[in-house]
Amino acid sequence: MSKNVIVAGLTVFVIVALFPFWFNIGNTNAAPEAELSAKAKAAKKCVLDKYDMRANHMSLLDDWRDTVVRDSKRVYKAANGKTFGMSLSTGEDSCMGCHVDKEKFCDKCHNYVSVAPSCWECHTDPKEVTQ
Amino acid sequence: MNQKYMLPLAGVFLLFLLAYAGVEGVGLQWLFGIVIPYLAVIAFIYGFVNRVMCWAGSAVPFRIPTTCGQQKSFPWIKQNRIDNPDTAIGVFIRMLFEIFLFRSLFRNTKAAFNRDENNKLTYSWEIFLWLGALAFHYGFLVVTLRHLRFFLEPVPASLAFLEYLDGIVQIGLPGVFVSGIVLLAAALFLLARRIFDAKVSYISLAADYFPLFLIIGIAATGIAMRYFTKVDITGVKEFTMGLVTFHPVIPPGVGGLFYAHVLMVSVLFAYFPMSKLMHAGGIFLSPTRNMANNTRAKRHINPWNYAVDVHTYEQYEDHFREKMIEAGLPVDKEE
Repeated sequence: MSKNVIVAGLTVFVIVALFPFWFNIGNTNAAPEAELSAKAKAAKKCVLDKYDMRANHMSLLDDWRDTVVRDSKRVYKAANGKTFGMSLSTGEDSCMGCHVDKEKFCDKCHNYVSVAPSCWECHTDPKEVTQ
Repeated sequence: MNQKYMLPLAGVFLLFLLAYAGVEGVGLQWLFGIVIPYLAVIAFIYGFVNRVMCWAGSAVPFRIPTTCGQQKSFPWIKQNRIDNPDTAIGVFIRMLFEIFLFRSLFRNTKAAFNRDENNKLTYSWEIFLWLGALAFHYGFLVVTLRHLRFFLEPVPASLAFLEYLDGIVQIGLPGVFVSGIVLLAAALFLLARRIFDAKVSYISLAADYFPLFLIIGIAATGIAMRYFTKVDITGVKEFTMGLVTFHPVIPPGVGGLFYAHVLMVSVLFAYFPMSKLMHAGGIFLSPTRNMANNTRAKRHINPWNYAVDVHTYEQYEDHFREKMIEAGLPVDKEE
């Protein structure tokens, strides 16, 4: 009796331990590509370099918020010489002034890695409002 | 300085440096990112199954449950059905408490001499090991479950909910996950206990320190990547999804710290089946917990009993009947 119970338990263990393998059968490893809008493509240069931006944009936005709210400084001079408005969604030189489509840009990666940023609890996507 | 913890500590540092230097200096991403993780998974599953089957083969001839309450007796004596179970349901509930709440550890006591002229030995309740162990295991469980977001696509809503609860304090950006901090703090507490408590230190071996240092290293590199040095998280998920779909890829722009994290996790998995960490499987097979105390109600026959030639009284009497009658001894059958 007990041997059967042990084998059953081990079977459950192996199935659970290999869960990510069988859950993804037929899945691909391809990560979604954030689509750059025409404007962003034309601008070529963002606030930071590509991988730096991917890794650090949330900290940058956090810094920006504090700088704007506490020091009322609203212009950011990037290392590459360009200047940006320190805002997520207000103005043509803000983040979303260039990356106009939240769904095709922000959400692509955030959904992929299951990140639920609290940005949108206060800020609104300008496109969502008009719709 | 004590070689029992210096050696494992040096070993964990070496593992870290090996992966970090191997990736940053020599470009061995394929080794630390693909070959070793796959080997580790195989070693973990095979080793775990093998170890448990080995245990399953050993004989358990006696019922040896530890009894921590009144056993089943007369109907007017109240039985402790969980601490001294006589039914399968009682055993099941006892095991649930043991596995999820570490009930036997809750009863942990410490022995010490009174610091006065009596110098009497007294036992007192010691709850901190239980608290530390509970925090450590549940912290680790939540951290492990949260990591499934890198291995599943699409990410199930239940995982997103777990992340929401784990990050509910909403401090900083990226938001703090409580479980990671609990895990690291609890592991450091368990380590401090082994180093600074003289009695625990005395019985601690290198095999006790190594998993602790390894887990502390894993937690530290993970926390460093999330909050301080930052990694390209989309690249990381591409990498992990590559592993679980058997189409491994090496993402650009992911650095040595990540591979050091992966190597330490791989070593933990591979080391698991041959170490004390197997208590994860062993807890289910502990005969002092998983057996019903029903030796008085049921007859348990030793499984390796062989047939014994017995000489019954009838045979004895048949053998010596005439001599017994002659000597005037009483016999059951006259002839």
